[in-house]
Amino acid sequence: MTAPIIRELVESVRETLETLGAYTLFAARVARETPRALWRFGLVVEQVHNSGALSLVITMLSGLFVGMVLGLQGFDLLERFGSEDSLGSVTALGLLKELGPVITALLFAGRAGTALASELGLMRATDQLAAMEMMAVDPVRRVVMPRFLGGVISMPLLAGIFSLIGIYGAQLVGVQIMGVDAGQFWSQMRGAVEFEDVMEGALKSVVFGVACSLVAVYEGYHSVPTAEGVGRATTRTVVISSVSVLLLDYMLTAVML
Amino acid sequence: MTSEVRRETRAIVRVRDLHYMAGSRAIFAGVDLDFPRGAVTAVMGPSGSGKTTLLRLITGQLHAERGLVEVEGQDVSKLSRREIYRMRRRMGMLFQNGALLTDLDVYENIAFPLREHTRLPERLVRHVVLTKLQAVGLRGAARLMPAELSGGMARRVALARAIVMDPDLLIYDEPFVGLDPISLGVVLRVIRRLNDTLGVTSIVVSHDVREITAVADFCHLLSDGRIIASGEPAAVSGSTREDVRQFMHGLPDGPVPFHYPAPDYADQIRHVR
Repeated sequence: MTAPIIRELVESVRETLETLGAYTLFAARVARETPRALWRFGLVVEQVHNSGALSLVITMLSGLFVGMVLGLQGFDLLERFGSEDSLGSVTALGLLKELGPVITALLFAGRAGTALASELGLMRATDQLAAMEMMAVDPVRRVVMPRFLGGVISMPLLAGIFSLIGIYGAQLVGVQIMGVDAGQFWSQMRGAVEFEDVMEGALKSVVFGVACSLVAVYEGYHSVPTAEGVGRATTRTVVISSVSVLLLDYMLTAVML
Repeated sequence: MTSEVRRETRAIVRVRDLHYMAGSRAIFAGVDLDFPRGAVTAVMGPSGSGKTTLLRLITGQLHAERGLVEVEGQDVSKLSRREIYRMRRRMGMLFQNGALLTDLDVYENIAFPLREHTRLPERLVRHVVLTKLQAVGLRGAARLMPAELSGGMARRVALARAIVMDPDLLIYDEPFVGLDPISLGVVLRVIRRLNDTLGVTSIVVSHDVREITAVADFCHLLSDGRIIASGEPAAVSGSTREDVRQFMHGLPDGPVPFHYPAPDYADQIRHVR
C-alpha cells in the first residue's frame, strides 16, 4: 500500500528537480544571449510595445482602483487614530514598495505572460520554430530573447505607472471626496518617502520582470505542440509566475528591510 | 564504373545501415539510401513509416543510433551545432503546412533568411524577393499576410522562402497534402521547374503515389523500417512484390492488414462488461 505512494512521491520529486534543472539551464542560456540580443534593439522595442504598451490600459485601470481602495481603507483606519493627514505617506509607501510591483507583476503574468506563452506555443505547434531552425536561425536568439527582454524592460515601467496612478486614485478619494487636506497629503508623502523606498520597488519590479518573462518564454517554448499543450503552457505560466512573484516578494522584503 | 558506383559518387545525401528507434519501436533497421545530385528523389511509404524522421536525420534535427547519414560528404552526426547551421544554409525545406511566420507578410517571410544571414542593401533584397515570388507565381501577393493565403498559396510562398538563399538541396515534407487539384498541379510544376532551372537536388517525402510518379526521377519505398523498393517510379510501380504493389496501387488489404492488431472479434463481442 505504501510502496506505490512512496514511488509516486519519488517520481514527483524527480520531475520537480528535472524541471528546476531545465529552468536553470534555460535561464543560463538566456543570460548568455542577453548582450547579443541587446544589439538588435529594434526587435526588443517591438516586444516592449507588445508586452508593455498593450498592457497599459489594464495596468492603469487597476492602479486607479487599487489606489482608490487604499485611499478609502486608509482614511477609515487612520481617522480612528486622528492621523488621516498621513494618508499620502501610507498609500505612497504601500504602492511604491509593495502593491505596485506585486500587482503589476500579477497583471503582467495574466496579460502579457499568457500572450507570450501562447504565441511561442503556437509557433512551435505550427512548425514556425522548426522552420527557423531549418533556415539556420536560432529561435532562442531571434524569438525568445527579444520577448524576454521586452518583458524585463516593461515591468518596471508598468509598475511605476501603476504606482503613480494609484497615488492619484488615493488622492482622489482621500483629498477630493473624504476631505483630507491636500497640502498635508502631499507634504507628508514627500517627507516619508525616501529614494531607497522607490529603489526598493524598482528592484522588486525588475526581479519580477525577469521571473515572469522567463516563466512565460520557457513554458511557451517548451510547450507540447498541440492545442491542449499550448493551453497547459498558458495556465502553467500564470500559476508559476504568480506563486514565484509572491515568494520572491517575501524574500526580497526580508532581505531589504 | 557500374551504375551503382556512379550514382553513389554523384549522391549529395548518402545513408548507410541506418538504425533509429523511437522509444521501443524500431523506425529504421538497416536502411541504405542514395539521393543523386540534380535529381528529384521521392521517399514514399505508409503513414508512420518514418519518412519525416528520415528528413529530420538528414537535416541534423535527430541523430541516428547506428549507421551513417552523410550530406555533401559530411557525417551529420559528427557536426557541431554551428556546423549544422552552416549545412542548413545550403538547404531549403518546405514544411507540410508551409510554416510561414504568421506575424510577417509574404514579402517579409521570404526576405527573412536574407535579413538574418546577409547584409544586402534593401534594393537587392527587394530584387531577390520579387524574383523568387515571380518564380512561384505570387508576385502579386507580396503584401498579403499568411492568414489571407489559401493552402496552395502558402505552400508556394514557403517554397519561395526555401529557395531564397539559393540552396543546393531542397527538401519537401508532404508537399501535396490537402491541396485542391489546381494548386496540386501548380506545386508539381513548380517543384519540377525549380529543380531543373536552379540545378538543385530535391528530396520529396510523400505518400501520394500518382503525384510522385509524375514528378520524381527516382523513388524509394519505405516499409517496416526497411527499403522495400528503389528505382524509377515506373519500375517501382510495376514491381511484383506484394507489399510494393499494395502501396503503389492503394489496395486496402494485403501484407499491411486493413485491421489494426486486435483480440478476436467474436470473443470481444461476447465478453462485453
